[in-house]
Amino acid sequence: MKGLTKTFNKGFIAVDGITFSIKKGEIFGFLGPNGAGKTTTISILCTLLKPTSGKAAVCGYDADSEQNKVRKCIGVVFQDMTLDDRLTARENLELHARLYGIPKSEREKRIDEVLGIVGLKDRENSIVKTFSGGMQRRLEIARGLIHYPQVLFLDEPTLGLDPQTRKHVWEYIVMLKRDYDMTIFLTTHYMEEADELCDRIAIIEHGKIIAIDTPRKLKDSLGGDTIVLDVDDKDTEKALKTFKGAKRFDGQIILSVRNAGREIGKVLERCRENKINVIEANIRKPALNDVFLKLTGREIREEEVGLREQLRRRRTMGGHGR
Amino acid sequence: MIEIGGVYTVWLREMIRYFRQKERIVATLTMPVFWLLIFGGSLRASVDVGGIDYRSFISPGVVAMSLMFTSVFSGVSIIWDRELGFMKEMLVSPVSRLSIVVGKALGTATTSLIQGIMVMLIAILLGLKVGLATFLLTVPLMLLISIGLVGIGISIGSLMNNVEGFQLIMNFIVMPMFFLSGALFPISNLPPTLKLITYLDPLTYAVELLRHVLIGISSIPFAISLFVVIGFSVLMMVLSAWLFSRRG
Repeated sequence: MKGLTKTFNKGFIAVDGITFSIKKGEIFGFLGPNGAGKTTTISILCTLLKPTSGKAAVCGYDADSEQNKVRKCIGVVFQDMTLDDRLTARENLELHARLYGIPKSEREKRIDEVLGIVGLKDRENSIVKTFSGGMQRRLEIARGLIHYPQVLFLDEPTLGLDPQTRKHVWEYIVMLKRDYDMTIFLTTHYMEEADELCDRIAIIEHGKIIAIDTPRKLKDSLGGDTIVLDVDDKDTEKALKTFKGAKRFDGQIILSVRNAGREIGKVLERCRENKINVIEANIRKPALNDVFLKLTGREIREEEVGLREQLRRRRTMGGHGR
Repeated sequence: MIEIGGVYTVWLREMIRYFRQKERIVATLTMPVFWLLIFGGSLRASVDVGGIDYRSFISPGVVAMSLMFTSVFSGVSIIWDRELGFMKEMLVSPVSRLSIVVGKALGTATTSLIQGIMVMLIAILLGLKVGLATFLLTVPLMLLISIGLVGIGISIGSLMNNVEGFQLIMNFIVMPMFFLSGALFPISNLPPTLKLITYLDPLTYAVELLRHVLIGISSIPFAISLFVVIGFSVLMMVLSAWLFSRRG
């Protein structure tokens, strides 16, 4: 995958002149809140949308002018379900293999192989409608692998999944990279997902990349730990004045320190000296969330968007029968 | 840019889906049966259509109707494909847009043909007299008619954004097309204005075509009907392919 820049315009700018490149065989994460432009970027890379300006290249092919070549070398797992829920798992996989022109002799073997990878062999002849959300997701991942893509795109691969299934999906992703040397591009708004899985992360907000590096380096860039002080409302201003570089978030005071365990005593002492009433003090080791907070001044609100997204997803997966 | 494999795959999916929904096949057969049994049966004693049994007279019309219902609705089902997501799976695959439309159209036309054959068999059971050669001749004609009608469905489906407009199509396109087609009455006796409208209805020519073959009478010469049906099918195929690809 080569460097690419693009601006996308559809009344508003969803992706605003971003540039990045992904190395072969790495897991690259696009992290950002919903509406940041993650899915739009994936759609452009997968040739579903045309960029307004700029260039995108996947596997060395132009995503706009060489669509067919790009389509052959990528696998995509979309955010919403794209299986045919009236067909069995195996039929879905078979149709996919046929769409990608895999010869008959290879088809059976590969279908068995991917069913094995995601552990759905025993359910291959069940109608997809009867699958749980986690199973559908696993089947979609399996489907994305049949034609041995060089690059696998995963748009919010664990959205709306329970923690256990999420862990499973993570394991598959790591396995794909390790055993198949696959390049993986995933989007997520889950911090721990990006942290755990990705070799490199691009943090995206309002269609712009605001940071791009390994999770380790991003966290190190914070320069240490965080102390979170929950103080009396009337003392908030005082606290902000007392500690240089302190930030306020959600009525709490956020301090960046080198080693929180060692310095918290001093911090509390200064609070006492200045008559700041501390209700609660917490130590946080750096997490990606703090990186995001530092860069944008706000947190990725997982719960809020999470709920809305889950409702949407449930709607897409349930009902809608014909 | 048509890939045979891609067309076949999309066609295959339509077939699997069709045969999996047995209850739907039965459901779509009830309407034509009602028309033949109740409408045809009740009016045959009081309506004279040039000395021909009324039920036999409307049989080709009812066959055309079931072709239309199946074709248009299945064509419009690309909205469901979009809504349920499977469309995306096809769109990111290396199969061209054109192959997807053609596969979809052929698949739908095939299901529609099967439906038409079943209705014709029911009509035969109810007294329509048809020889084997005639029966076989209607098969390619029904396929041809279906392709044009599927084109209507796919075109509408490409223009519509959600399934809510579905009832609208039913009320403002499908039903008027059926009632104005001369499926239930001879168009030669109509008042001039109404006659003109029936001539503008493409289904009229489909009904005339089938009626000519099945019971040997028609108000429009066979050659003209055939010409219009072929022209319409080609036109609708091109239009639907264009509308679908444009949307991407």
